[in-house]
Parts: sequence; C-alpha cells; structure tokens
Amino acid sequence: MTFAVFLCKALLLKRYFNLDIQLMVMGENKVLVGTERLKRGFASMCKGGVIMDVTSAEQARIAEEAGAVAVMALQAVPADIRKAGGVARMADPAKIREIMDAVSIPVMAKCRIGHFAEAQILEALGVDMIDESEVLTPADQEYHIDKKKFKVPFVCGARDLGEALRRINEGAAMIRTKGEAGTGNIVEAVKHIRLTLRQIDELKSLDRKGLEVKASEYGVPVGLVEEVVRLGRLPVVWFCAGGIATPADAALVMQFGVDGVFVGSGIFKSSDPPKMARAIVEATRHYDDPSALLRASENLPLPMKGVDVRELKPEQLLQARGI
Amino acid sequence: MKIGVLGLQGAVSEHLSATKRAMDSLGIRGEVRWVSHRDHIDGLDGLILPGGESTTIGRLMATTGLLQEIKDAVEKGLPILGTCAGLILMAKEGDKHVERTKQPLLRVMDIKIIRNAFGRQRESFEVDIPIRGLKGKPFRAVFIRAPAIERLWGGAESLAELEGRTVAAKQGRMLAFCFHPELTEDTRIHEWFLELCKG
Repeated sequence: MTFAVFLCKALLLKRYFNLDIQLMVMGENKVLVGTERLKRGFASMCKGGVIMDVTSAEQARIAEEAGAVAVMALQAVPADIRKAGGVARMADPAKIREIMDAVSIPVMAKCRIGHFAEAQILEALGVDMIDESEVLTPADQEYHIDKKKFKVPFVCGARDLGEALRRINEGAAMIRTKGEAGTGNIVEAVKHIRLTLRQIDELKSLDRKGLEVKASEYGVPVGLVEEVVRLGRLPVVWFCAGGIATPADAALVMQFGVDGVFVGSGIFKSSDPPKMARAIVEATRHYDDPSALLRASENLPLPMKGVDVRELKPEQLLQARGI
Repeated sequence: MKIGVLGLQGAVSEHLSATKRAMDSLGIRGEVRWVSHRDHIDGLDGLILPGGESTTIGRLMATTGLLQEIKDAVEKGLPILGTCAGLILMAKEGDKHVERTKQPLLRVMDIKIIRNAFGRQRESFEVDIPIRGLKGKPFRAVFIRAPAIERLWGGAESLAELEGRTVAAKQGRMLAFCFHPELTEDTRIHEWFLELCKG
C-alpha cells in the first residue's frame, strides 16, 4: 500500500468514526496522526523564526529565500484589509494553493473566528497551520472553533493570559499576541506581552485556592493554570504578532521572551521587501546582540508608514474581536 | 563532557533538556551549551543539529560563519547528531527544493535526502519503530513534515526503514534521524550519541 492510499483510508476512517486522534496500521505498526504532540511539535519547529504574510507565489519565494520559517498565505495584507473595510473572509483556496506549490517551507492560512467550515476547507486543502484570526471578520460572537476536532494545528491570538488559556483549552497549539494588525505600530503587542507576563508572575504567588479562583475567572480547568505555574510560561509556543515593522521591533519583543515573530504588512509594505525580510530574520536570531542588530538596521529600506493606534476608533480595533 | 546544540532556530530547548536527562541517566557530569556563534564550537565533545526549518537554519549558518566552522570540526572528527532539519543539513546531496532555494548544507554525510517525503503537517505521524543498534523496545518516532533518506553510499549505513524508506542512518560518529527523539521522554538516542562522544 502506498503512503498516499494509506492516508486516504485513514481520512475515511476518521470521518466514519469521528475520532479526534487516529489510530491506524502501517504494515505491522500502529500509527497516530493529529496528536497534541504533533501539533505542538510543529509549533516548536517554528521557534526563533519569522513567519511572513504573503499574497502571491512571488512574495512567498522572496520570504523563503530570506529565511522565513513559514509563510501566511493571504488575499490581502492586514494594512489593506483595514483600508478596504467590508467583510474580510478566508482567502481563495486557489490563491493559497498557488503559494503552497511555490515554496517548500510550511504554509499557513487564516480563517474567521468561529468559522469551522472555513477551517475544514483549509484542512482539506492541506495548509500546515490555521490561524483563527481577528484580522478577518468574526463569524461567531460566542464560540471559537473546537480545534481538537482537527488534525491540522491552530494558532490563535491572545491579549492576556485568560484569552491565551481559553484558546489552548480549545486546542490551540500556538498562541500569538493580537498587536493591532496592519498599523506598523508595536505598542499594542508590547502591551499584550507585558500583561501576559505579569499575569503569569501573579499566578506563581497563589495557593491552590487562589489558582482555582483564577481558573474559574479565566474559564479554564485548574490543571491548565497549574501547568503555567509549573512551567513558568505558557504551555505552548508563544509568538508576537501585530505591528512589527523593523528589525528593532522584532528584537524588542524577542527580548521580552516570545518564541518568534509574525510579520504582516511590515515586509511587503516596505520599499525593499527582500532586504527588509533578511534584516528581520537576522534581528530575530541575534535579538540579544546589539552589534548584530546595528548591522541589520543600517541602510534599511523605508518601513511602512504606520498608524498611531490612538487615532483608531474603538470599533476599528481588531484586537477586541474574539476574546 | 561538553555538548553543544546548534541554536539558530527551531526546537533547541527540547534538545538541551533531552541531553541533560540523558547525561543524568548515564551518570555523566557535563555541560550542554547553546551554540549560536562560531566561537562556541571550540572545546565541544559533540554537537546536536536540531529540527526546525532547514532553509532558515542553513542560511543563518552561512551568515554567522558557523557553516564552515562546523564542517571543519566534523571533518576533524567532531561527533554530530542531526534530527529532521538537522539531518537535511548533514546530507551531501539534497533534492530539487534544496537546489532551487540554494540552501546551504554542511554536506558531511553520504546520504541523499528528500524533503517533506511523507507529506505536509496534516500527514505528520507518530509510530513505534525498531532501530538497529538501540536495545530494548521499539522507539516512538515522531515524524513532523519529515524528510526521508533516498539513497546511502560510502560509509553511511541504514538504521531503520519505514514503508521502504530509510529514516535513520549512522556514519562513523555521525547519527541522523528523520524524526524527533527530543519530543519524547525516551532518551536512548541521546544516550547513544553521548556514548559516541565519549569515543
């Protein structure tokens, strides 16, 4: 039996028995797919890296050559989504497939918050990770996607520890900040990182009763809160997203302790995307080496113009979606 | 004993902790060190090349000068253990993706690899497989967008096969695995590597 035939049979089995985790047989061996270890393991492989938003096969190749660990395939970058207004939806699967065919690095794509049908389509397409994203218009104001039902791992945004733990409890394999997307302004992401770190610190001083109160406030099992205390950090890989426009921005958030960065509009809205992409990759790696950061920051192309977040009306804030 | 883990990108901390656990289990006193600069290679008894994105790690190895530094050290006998992306970096021959992206490789092991040989993340899997040279029960192999070894020659010998493909190999004091032992609690592969480093 070829591997492809074996996988088709496995997929049919999953549909039939509606298994969250699949157990199959490969020759003499029992095979597991879609496990938490495989999902979180994929996120671990992205650590220390830069995930770049791209809207075409050509941009995806530029990102790959610059050293991106993955690309996020989009119809439009957040800055343009913000400008265009209207309902922002999942990208055309044909557009995403074009990008998947162009590069050998992982390809991620976004679906709307709560829109599990869009997520099913992205899983059928074979994207490597799904971003259940506030950058698109939410489809459900009450529930996020039950991510444990999928074999493909999910990344979700979170502004604080409670949001992060609710998403992890729903099955997210990776958490990212919800810095105000498409603004080129790092201030909101910094706020989310500081708040999450402070809340993790606060947990450490609580006794069992205090942890139970926190768990109930966050709406998650107490075991998850205890895991955070034991690890001293989020139990999944934690990236910064939203507002990174320069190598220095990437170095700033890496020094706070995130595991890697997403760069949205910051690369392809700059005046020289390949150069900006390479510089941000270098800065993310050498975030604690000021002389390397100096080299990465010199003679840079013009960064995106950006937006002062204080000029946005509350209803224009994407980060308040899906908490 | 001093073991380094190449720390440019990827699952570095997982290897640091697996190596420490393996040292404890063998009763070896030693240090496990994060390697991100060419000065960090000197004095190592062994180096681990972790999983991650091989195009990213390869590029950062080239810009930091670590590529040549590690290649020279390996050619002088430094033992190395590569997992997933780390195995790709060790191969003398890559596939069409490696050629297209002009990905820098160490090119130290007599193997030809194919990237993403088992499919995309959706097709990633875990399976127990026997590994020649490893005592005891089969090893829980965690394959994540994993490569496979298409061909071996010269001094390289296969240690394990799956669906007719080679997924682990050894050549002298080099060990290479298509899967991720660092994502399991089982430290037998790291212990094996430490024994090789003792020489």
